[in-house]
Amino acid sequence: MSFREFWRDIYKNLYTIRVFEKNCIRLYRQGLIVGYFHPYLGEEAIAVGACAALRSDDYIVSTHRGHGHCIARGGDIRKMLAEVLAKEAGYCYGLGGSMHIADVATGNIGANGIVGGGIPLGIGAGLSISIRGTEQAVVIFFSDGASNNGVFAESLNLAAIWNLPVIFMLENNHYAVSTPIEEASRTEDLYKRAEGYGVFATAIDGNDVKVVYEKTKEALEVCRSGRGPFLVEAKTYRQGGHHVNDPGKYMPREKLDYYMSKDPVQTGRKYLINEGGFSEDEVKRFETEIENEIKEAVEFAKNSPELSEEKYFNEIVI
Amino acid sequence: MTISEKKENSENRVIMYREALNEAIMEEMKNDDTVFVMGEGVAERGGSYKVTAGLLDEFGKKRVIDTPISEASFTGAGVGAAITGMRPIVEILFIDFTVLIMDQIVNQAAKYKFMTGGKGRVPIVVRTQGGSGNGLAAQHSQSLEAWFYHIPGLKVVMPSTPYDAKGLLKSAIRDDDPVMFIEHKLLYMKKGEVPESEYFIELGRGEIKRKGKDITIISWSNMIPRSLSAAERLAEEGIDVEVIDPRTLVPLDRKLIMDSVKKTRNAVIVQEAVRRGGVASDIASIIQEEAFESLDAPVAIVAGKNTPIPFNLRLEKASIPQEKDIILAVKKTLNFKIG
Repeated sequence: MSFREFWRDIYKNLYTIRVFEKNCIRLYRQGLIVGYFHPYLGEEAIAVGACAALRSDDYIVSTHRGHGHCIARGGDIRKMLAEVLAKEAGYCYGLGGSMHIADVATGNIGANGIVGGGIPLGIGAGLSISIRGTEQAVVIFFSDGASNNGVFAESLNLAAIWNLPVIFMLENNHYAVSTPIEEASRTEDLYKRAEGYGVFATAIDGNDVKVVYEKTKEALEVCRSGRGPFLVEAKTYRQGGHHVNDPGKYMPREKLDYYMSKDPVQTGRKYLINEGGFSEDEVKRFETEIENEIKEAVEFAKNSPELSEEKYFNEIVI
Repeated sequence: MTISEKKENSENRVIMYREALNEAIMEEMKNDDTVFVMGEGVAERGGSYKVTAGLLDEFGKKRVIDTPISEASFTGAGVGAAITGMRPIVEILFIDFTVLIMDQIVNQAAKYKFMTGGKGRVPIVVRTQGGSGNGLAAQHSQSLEAWFYHIPGLKVVMPSTPYDAKGLLKSAIRDDDPVMFIEHKLLYMKKGEVPESEYFIELGRGEIKRKGKDITIISWSNMIPRSLSAAERLAEEGIDVEVIDPRTLVPLDRKLIMDSVKKTRNAVIVQEAVRRGGVASDIASIIQEEAFESLDAPVAIVAGKNTPIPFNLRLEKASIPQEKDIILAVKKTLNFKIG
């Protein structure tokens, strides 16, 4: 793959996630999305960088803030939009919604409504790889919030003793809902917790897609060569509150401004121009293409039918 | 003489409940490379009740895995392995410890097929054992089947004989949905007839353990032998009891239960678990909804007291149904008069 193609793919995913989330926020405000959802705005580089380093037969485990992971893994945005709009054409007939999108076809074990609940599932994927003896790997996306759940500690230990090909991708966005990390942990450097379990670990700039890609690639080499799990703490920040309806007033202005100045999509755009050789005009045309694709997917989802009660109770529920 | 005793006295092979379970796992592991076992002390030690004895030698460490005391995560790992193409058998030492795995069973395993629109499956078996009777006190003696019975997406199996244990476990392992396979600590050493040739028992098929015409007892797990001996005592007094073992609580063999109740016109449900919020109450409500006109008396429930299980053996016994309690409930039901 040429640099041009590589950066084109990277930027396509970054920009798709950005536009997808902004559209979802608009649809929510219009009352077309019910419940609530958790935008991935500001964290795009982590999903995109990590997934770019994966093989097609690898697995990922996503979170409640999972749209970005699904898109970066090659998920179908029409099916995703239909799902968040609760339509039959969605990944799960509109029965799961934003927090329950899984895509068996792309090895996406799924988003998860339980913070930390997905971590052991990723260990299981690693275990099945280990038993089968293939060279696949797993990336478990989880958050600083989940790192304070007991299963994180247990799972880190299981991956270590069983030498599993698992990358713990800790998206440290500094908040568990509204509780800042400094109130939930004595150290903000959460990667240090891995050392006590004998697991390789490092902290990186989670807003720089190139850094995430390169570090994931390195960690995957460790995993695939049988040297066991790896924890990557990707430091980042949400560009808003916990969910679409949370204005995030508790987030200090100066910290938000700092991370806004390190916007992962803008950073990726610079790479596309400087390393991918795109001109400003080409980028703009590319962005319009992506916007149109999403616009079309939104229309598709809006116009799709809902699953009937009859079909639900007679065919789906067993 | 009960049916299971008859089986023991026959010329056919007689083995223990735990040996029958062991055979089921052995056979399924030989048959399918994706089947593997994990849990605390299942490999080197062969399991607390020797159900997994010999598996390590036969299949090696990759497929017979000793785990740390991390129930939530190794059960979750079983769920994740099942999602990614394996058929794990996870052992939780005591059913009391399954409260530690509730998120992984209730929110993950039970919901996954649903949340993937049917494309993702979780063919995991969680083997565990419950029940009281040997002084293990409040945190090692519970009967918690109702917790799992309550959750859509889970199957619940509770075998009472070696024959059922083997046939049901083999079916559970081949099932594509998560199965809670609940054994009873007092049954492991019980013997019964188990054929050498391969067989399966379909999940959702109950069995008449004793034929009778006067009253139906519906029971499961270790309350089956107790109900059968109560039935023998009642037979001496001329009361002919039919004993039904649904064997799997989910799916429940409603037809077998209804056919029997409609025939005998009387029903007593016996469960070891505490009365409040139990499976017996649910079965009673199903019977009164579906067979009200056939009933000569209210459906009776004989259940554990609404109390933790005491350590003191005499009080432990007083907390769960005994033979005399079953006999009393049967007589009371048969003597019921309106007005």
